[in-house]
Amino acid sequence: MIQYLIRRILYAVPLLVGVNIITFVLFFVVNSPDDMARMHLGQKRVTTESIAKWKHERGYDLPMFKNDKVEGLNQFTETIFYQKSVGLFLFRFGRADNGEDIGADISQRMWPSLAIAAPSLIVGLLVHISLALMLVFFRMTYLEFWGVALCVALMSISSLFYIIGGQFLMGKLLQLTPISGYDLGLNALKFLALPVIISVIAGIGSGVRWYRTLFLEEVEKDYVRTARAKGLSETAVLFTHVLKNAMIPILTGVVVILPMLFIGSLITESFFSIPGLGSYTIDAINKQDFAIVRAMVFLGSALYIFGLLLTDISYTLVDPRVRLN
Amino acid sequence: MIFFWTDTLFFILLLMLAATIIRTRRKEHLRRPWRKVARSKSAMVSLTVLVFYFGFAILDSVHFHPSEGQSGAGKFKTEAMSLLDWWASPLRQRAEKTYSAPFATVAFAREAIRDANGVSHWAYPRLQYGGIHLADPENEKTRDILQTGLKGLLHGFLAWLVLAVLLVSLRARSAHIPIIQCGVEITQGRTEIPWRAIFITLLLMLLISFGLGELSLKYHVFGTDKVGEDVFFQSLKSIRTGLLIGTLTTFITLPLALVLGIMAGYFRGWVDDIIQYLYTTLNSIPGVLLIAASMLLMQAYMARHEDEFASLALRADFRLLFLCMILGLTSWTGLCRLLRAETLKLREMEYVQAAHALGVRQGNILLHHILPNVFHLVLISVALDFSSLVLAEAVLSYVNIGVDPTTESWGNMINSARLEMAREPVVWWSLSAAFVFMFALVLAANLFADAVRDAFDPRRVE
Repeated sequence: MIQYLIRRILYAVPLLVGVNIITFVLFFVVNSPDDMARMHLGQKRVTTESIAKWKHERGYDLPMFKNDKVEGLNQFTETIFYQKSVGLFLFRFGRADNGEDIGADISQRMWPSLAIAAPSLIVGLLVHISLALMLVFFRMTYLEFWGVALCVALMSISSLFYIIGGQFLMGKLLQLTPISGYDLGLNALKFLALPVIISVIAGIGSGVRWYRTLFLEEVEKDYVRTARAKGLSETAVLFTHVLKNAMIPILTGVVVILPMLFIGSLITESFFSIPGLGSYTIDAINKQDFAIVRAMVFLGSALYIFGLLLTDISYTLVDPRVRLN
Repeated sequence: MIFFWTDTLFFILLLMLAATIIRTRRKEHLRRPWRKVARSKSAMVSLTVLVFYFGFAILDSVHFHPSEGQSGAGKFKTEAMSLLDWWASPLRQRAEKTYSAPFATVAFAREAIRDANGVSHWAYPRLQYGGIHLADPENEKTRDILQTGLKGLLHGFLAWLVLAVLLVSLRARSAHIPIIQCGVEITQGRTEIPWRAIFITLLLMLLISFGLGELSLKYHVFGTDKVGEDVFFQSLKSIRTGLLIGTLTTFITLPLALVLGIMAGYFRGWVDDIIQYLYTTLNSIPGVLLIAASMLLMQAYMARHEDEFASLALRADFRLLFLCMILGLTSWTGLCRLLRAETLKLREMEYVQAAHALGVRQGNILLHHILPNVFHLVLISVALDFSSLVLAEAVLSYVNIGVDPTTESWGNMINSARLEMAREPVVWWSLSAAFVFMFALVLAANLFADAVRDAFDPRRVE
């Protein structure tokens, strides 16, 4: 087991290196730091001194890969590549273009993101799986036909409409919940209710359809026929046998996104003005803060790769047929 | 005539589609799954709707410089115009001052109006264009709307009748049966292709478009937006943006996924390792973030090469194209993985082994033995991706990393609707128009994609 784990972790390293190189190329080679400075200081009427000053303040004035001005190992550490990219591996994100510490911001902002994303995931799973099981239970009836039709219709609505519609209905017409905002501690509950409900409803279409296909695949297998032949009721077959076996693909699908919950959702957070990482990224995009976007790209990828790792491990735990070799 | 980059690519794509259709018609084994699609009611109904949408997109993709006489309002003089712009000139040119509700004859907000005696008071001013032909809007409006609407519906019905007779006689001719018999078969729903459902959809679409078209000449059927532009016209223009995003992406995804996927599966070894590494790395960067980063960089690039993007239209067009490319770069990995797995399976099949043993060159094996047999995966994935790309456009535009703010798109309409929904009373028409147009397109695309998947997926034999 430990050997397997080590191999998986080692496999993640080249992926991270690849992501790092891609972000480096995107942010420093395709566009030089001069371009960044110009975008911030305004395109025209900008002096070379002010660009140099802007670059110096943010440490963009170093050479790309090799610094000839210093001696020894510093030749490679006193460069943009080392300072800006290699530090990401140790989760040293450095400073944003406006001087704030990105690492501190991230560690503070990931909790509101998690507070939205985790309940959305759990409630969503419960609702979607139960609805999908219901559709499978009533298969070959009109209920299934119209249920699936409804799912396709719900899938065809952009998530933006769910959010705007939900905010309008719940927040403005019925005045049940505040339209947007966030608070600390237990007070956050009333702000969290609406985004969680909306994200669950918005996911019904695709979620229920996906789980339904998973269940339908299981239903046709031999062990289900055996269970029925033994005289088990349809409910018993579905809820004990099929559900248990379908849990394997469901669980592994969930495990991948677990680490990503910290990143949060760009759209939801900005609509509900929740101070999480999603709205942090959106603000950075709008402010054209390259440092933050770069950090978030790397963080997101690192968490995704971590999720893949967790998936591999969870396979071995959930499915006894999987052997480690 | 002028061709923007997106126009050219869109037409190339349509030509390629036409070529594929012609090729498919000649080969029986390729026609079989399509016949299954053609038998499905929902697929044919959605196809009819999709054809309507594509018609508008094509009209909107033929650009030309208007001559002096046609250009009308001054601000359009130097800009390129599409056939749709020209056709809908009445809609385009009759801009109000600001918001007005659907079918309104008066403005949305009160203004100080000076009456004949020089006393000013707060009232709703009449619109410049909407319902201007009415002398007494309050009493005449309902009747006029009904009259105009009925006239439009009648025109629509007549157009449908002409089209229906034409189609029925064409079908009768190719099936070698009398026209009457063919008509009876269709009305009774006894044809193999669900013609009755197609005709009903056609009728509905024609009734709606002719009715709206007739009404829109006198009123703003979906109201006007903040700067007074007709929302109906905006929604029509958005069709092109949505469809381009959904289709042009294939220019990136297909070559990448096909070449890399098949190579990885066929050659295995270090080729496979490199390609797998490549797509896993790209795949692990969250899509939205990669798009955001790329769009930021594109903005920096455009700022640096300002002189190359002289006109606003050129700029918007480049941004749209770039967005398609980036969306393509982030979405080829899934298909590539599928193709690799399928090729791995295929290369062990007897017929490939036989080709190998007979000395067929590797290039020929890939081209003639592997490629045709993985093509169903490509079709399914293109069809399934289309709707999600249209939806993605709206989300990205909302985050300001989508199409240019000056490009008409549903995403931009929804984006502006966010502030409108907070107004009192609510400005709901922009959002509703975007909703209706997008929903119809995405629903049709989803239903059609489902039918395609059911027909082509070998695991789903009946």
